[in-house]
Amino acid sequence: MSFREEHELHKRRFGRNLGLGLVLAGFVALVFGMTIAKVSNEDFAVPKIEQGAD
Amino acid sequence: MSDASLNTASPVSHTQEGEAGFGDFFALLKPRVMTLVVFTALVGLLAAPVGVHPVIGFAAILFIAVGGGASGALNMWWESDIDALMKRTQKRPIPAGKVTRDEAFAFGITLAVMSVVMLWLATNALAAGILAFTIFFYVVIYTIGLKRWTPQNIVIGGAAGAFPPMIGWAAATGTVSLESVLMFALIFMWTPPHFWALALFMRGDYDTAGVPMLTVTHGRRATRVHILVYTVLLAALAIGAAFTGIGGPVYLAVAVIFNALFLRDAIAIWRRDEDQAEADNYRVEKRAFRLSLWYLFAHFTAILAEAALSGLGLGGWT
Repeated sequence: MSFREEHELHKRRFGRNLGLGLVLAGFVALVFGMTIAKVSNEDFAVPKIEQGAD
Repeated sequence: MSDASLNTASPVSHTQEGEAGFGDFFALLKPRVMTLVVFTALVGLLAAPVGVHPVIGFAAILFIAVGGGASGALNMWWESDIDALMKRTQKRPIPAGKVTRDEAFAFGITLAVMSVVMLWLATNALAAGILAFTIFFYVVIYTIGLKRWTPQNIVIGGAAGAFPPMIGWAAATGTVSLESVLMFALIFMWTPPHFWALALFMRGDYDTAGVPMLTVTHGRRATRVHILVYTVLLAALAIGAAFTGIGGPVYLAVAVIFNALFLRDAIAIWRRDEDQAEADNYRVEKRAFRLSLWYLFAHFTAILAEAALSGLGLGGWT
């Protein structure tokens, strides 16, 4: 079995998928960082859940 | 030429869907315009009197930039027909046959919605609301609505580019104040002389595309007069801002120098006629355009410097 040289199209698709993967990973990291920053804020308080109105 | 007739031309019929590279999509965001958006939004955020957590600040600037990029993608989606006709824009991803119009539209809409929602979650509803309005204004009011109808297109379009520092300020403070309105006004007044100087030496491009630039509808003499009038008004505004909350001695010094230089070029442009300009290949117009880029950068850097100095108890007039 011989290996064929990768077509330019495949390289372009790989580049696009890799770029998208990195962007998504960065987005996840950013949302995580934002969450930490928000809950670390002095003003942050977990909303109280009212127990039964009756 | 009407919008309808302009939009029926399809310069990209050979483009295959799904074959664009990552860089082609990135190019749809107009990265060079985005640098201006990032810089001015950052200055708005940092000049605000309220501190922001670095991660929140970073997220805010990123989502403002993404929102600006989404506007750029939607602008390219709508204008692919005239982009194909102008030398300056022929290499953009849609006319170059790298991205289809549908892909650009889907990409732009997705990023627009995502940037507004994420800015809201990261900061506040006011900042997200101004970003949403900016995208709407740039794409619907300017690109789709007015650009091909009025020679004042540059003046109106300038408003969209002027919002980022106001969004940055709102992200930090949750308000709109005189200082953020002044930063808006500075970019708003700067845009017309900046673009009209470009239109003078990029002659032919806008005529070919049928865009009613002032140079085409009112002539080049009128454009030269307009550049001078706007530059005088800009100088008054820019120097006046030195005596407000965003100004101070450093800003005043920068404003005096750059406005003197810009006024010198605007007067030179006004005094010249086409024969003189053609004789030296638009030397003065090109110089004014390059200077205008430094002009805006210098003013916003000075605002940032004043904010940094006030953090040390040295900024402003106190």
